[in-house]
Amino acid sequence: MAHHDHAHDDHAHDHDHEHHGPEKGIMRWIKTTNHKDLGTLYLFFAFTMFFIGGLMSLVIRAELFHPGLQFVDPEFFNQMTTMHALVMIFGGVMPAWVGLANWMVPMMIGCSDLALPRINNWGFWILPFAFTMLLGTLFMEGGSPAGGWTMYPPLVLQTGNAFPFLIFAVHLMGISSITGAINVAVTILNMRAPGMSLLKMPLFVWTWLITAYLLIAVMPVLAGAVTMLLTDKYFLTSFFTAAGGGDPVMFQHIFWFFGHPEVYILILPAFGIVSTIIPTFARKALFGYDSMVYAVASIAFLSFIVWAHHMFTVGMPLAGELFFMFATMLIAVPTGVKVFNWVATMWKGSMTFESPMLFALAFVFLFTIGGFSGLMLAITPVDFQYHDTYFVVAHFHYVLVPGAVFAILAGVYYWIPKWTGRMYSEKWGKIHFWLSAIFINITFFPQHFAGLAGMQRRVPDYAVQFVDWNVWSTIGAFGFFLAQFIFIINMLACCYGWFGRKQGLPDRVWEGAHGLEWTVPSPAPYHTFEEPPVVSDNELTAAHDSVDALDHHKLS
Amino acid sequence: MADHATPNPDRYFVPAPSAWPFALTVALVAILGGVSSYLEDKHIGPLPIYAGGALLVYILFRWFRGVALESEGGFYGAQVDRTYRWSMAWFIFSEVMFFGAFFGALYYARHLSLPWLGGEGSKIETNLQLWPGFENAWPTNGPAKLNGDFDTIPAFDVPFVNTLLLLTSGVTLTFAHHALKAGKRTQTILWMWATVALGCAFLFLQAEEYMHAYGDLNLKLASGIYGSTFFMLTGFHGMHVTLGTIMLLVITLRLMSGHFKPDSHFGFEGVAWYWHFVDVVWIGLFIVVYWL
Repeated sequence: MAHHDHAHDDHAHDHDHEHHGPEKGIMRWIKTTNHKDLGTLYLFFAFTMFFIGGLMSLVIRAELFHPGLQFVDPEFFNQMTTMHALVMIFGGVMPAWVGLANWMVPMMIGCSDLALPRINNWGFWILPFAFTMLLGTLFMEGGSPAGGWTMYPPLVLQTGNAFPFLIFAVHLMGISSITGAINVAVTILNMRAPGMSLLKMPLFVWTWLITAYLLIAVMPVLAGAVTMLLTDKYFLTSFFTAAGGGDPVMFQHIFWFFGHPEVYILILPAFGIVSTIIPTFARKALFGYDSMVYAVASIAFLSFIVWAHHMFTVGMPLAGELFFMFATMLIAVPTGVKVFNWVATMWKGSMTFESPMLFALAFVFLFTIGGFSGLMLAITPVDFQYHDTYFVVAHFHYVLVPGAVFAILAGVYYWIPKWTGRMYSEKWGKIHFWLSAIFINITFFPQHFAGLAGMQRRVPDYAVQFVDWNVWSTIGAFGFFLAQFIFIINMLACCYGWFGRKQGLPDRVWEGAHGLEWTVPSPAPYHTFEEPPVVSDNELTAAHDSVDALDHHKLS
Repeated sequence: MADHATPNPDRYFVPAPSAWPFALTVALVAILGGVSSYLEDKHIGPLPIYAGGALLVYILFRWFRGVALESEGGFYGAQVDRTYRWSMAWFIFSEVMFFGAFFGALYYARHLSLPWLGGEGSKIETNLQLWPGFENAWPTNGPAKLNGDFDTIPAFDVPFVNTLLLLTSGVTLTFAHHALKAGKRTQTILWMWATVALGCAFLFLQAEEYMHAYGDLNLKLASGIYGSTFFMLTGFHGMHVTLGTIMLLVITLRLMSGHFKPDSHFGFEGVAWYWHFVDVVWIGLFIVVYWL
């Protein structure tokens, strides 16, 4: 049994290293298997990508400040719209969610770390390489991809040298997302502390479990779709060529089968964060915990059967148009349940308006505006007018920026005292909030009108009748971008103790907060729970609204 | 904290910092960058692909070896075992969805795009204006008859033999599992070798079939939608069989060096799950690609 002895030696060796804490210098970050280190890496990466993607959006807005061409040629403009979307979606919002899950899920369910710490490291480190590949295409012959982030053939097949780099970058992002999602799902299903049954979990954990399911289900479909693009371009297949019996529209079906669940991947964790923050600052239990869980599950289910509402104008059979219209409108029901629950949570609450709460409230208002414009777009005959206009741009930016991004900002404000042990500046937080909320509406609200009047998206020039809306929009975009530096400095000051910020916050930073993360010191220790904690009813999202609920929730 | 240096199955195992994941990413990116430049005729040469490939194999060997040694060293308790079970199940689900994209493409071509090109229903003008004379049929290389006439491989020929090989390999693998649970190591190893041999036989026949298709039947990737779906579906399946056979081989070698216990052997079971998944995909392929 020589191998057994060998195994033991190997490990005695490995494990001597482990408990001297993290490694020193850069190797700490390259080799780390710690969920907090990786959460930090994910968040720094995401905000770097928000910055790069934001710069790209400023190129777009600068060009659209006036009709006619002024700063960039149309080809580069199209590269910017394409890359802005890819960077923001795959580099910004998704890694930010994984970063927040890394930090919070183990602390919320009371376990030592994510279930697969080495895979966690792999999932993160793929991202900087994937985005180096993707952003590197900007410097290649033929420029970066310019056919839109949706990569529709046959247009995308005309991409220059960038094409295979685009495809493989998407493959790498897919690997990263799938490994991250498997990790979070398994952690939630297998690592909960005793007493943390499924219907007692914090809603951020619930929404992430369902997000992880969506990711595992649809990222492979995207991988399949882009693989078909690759073989169509280089290996003479004809998936998307009518001459060979294929169909370019088939790509759109496969892409949006991924793409629609993807938009819920971007927003479901935001629902979780808002459902965490509103009860804290309203000092009331979340209204309708169970219905929140069921609503998220219903939205996830429906997301698989609505994809073709992105394609109403490609010439689908009438039955298809009708089915996808009605299925899409159905999503308004569970989403409405959530919005009413948030409002009911605040009803007669003892409300205060700290920065996380302001962002969460703005989320409820502004995400709902995005939801309403989505309902308008769902109506097939009306969509014939709206399709590919700035109305669509306004719609998805309302759900993504004051939706997903505001929720990320709210989450960071809410938890950064727990992460760093230092309180952010409330004054600058409020200034950041009001500037963001005002400028984001100046940016995107006028786009509804420009779109309804017929201004097309993804075009660097436009008719003079749209000038006023676009001037406002550009001013708003620059204002919003600049306002974010207030946030960055405020948060970095917490990380590094600038401006004399001292550690020494209580465990429960917010008096109204419930959850296991508020039972550990601020900053949280490197390994939060070495032993499973005792879960008291007072810390459970579901249980503290009534005693009856305790018996009711003995599901596991 | 010295207690982590000795196995403690009651605590969840948290591994030490590791450079393997980062290095694995470097290897992957070297391969993908090399392939990209090759596809775009940039001639940076094959070195990144070979070096990346070698590094990939080396890292996977070292990483999995480390995991196997942790497992044999008793570092994994019941909770870690459940983690691996859940993870493998989710991973196989993601693989199912990957194949789903290609099965979906086949369905779409046969039931939507080809009838429409043939002028079905309201699409009559598509046919009359764009592809007059094209009739919907299967197999087809499309209205432009891409790559010329071709023949297909009949289902109840070599593919049927391949079906029998894979189904039999599922049975031999189950025999091996029962033998392992009964503590009969020699029998386990023999059944495992039989399973590996059946996997190799499948791959050999599949390779013969591809050469026959390319050499004699003029059935190629370029043969329109039939060739595209045929080779991409069977090709990705073949890649999975190759990977599965390598995994079975590794498990067999681990069995021969004394790894696994009758009541604790998820490494074995995980690979068995994967093999059965590959098996089920083949049944789907046999029915909708070869037979129908």
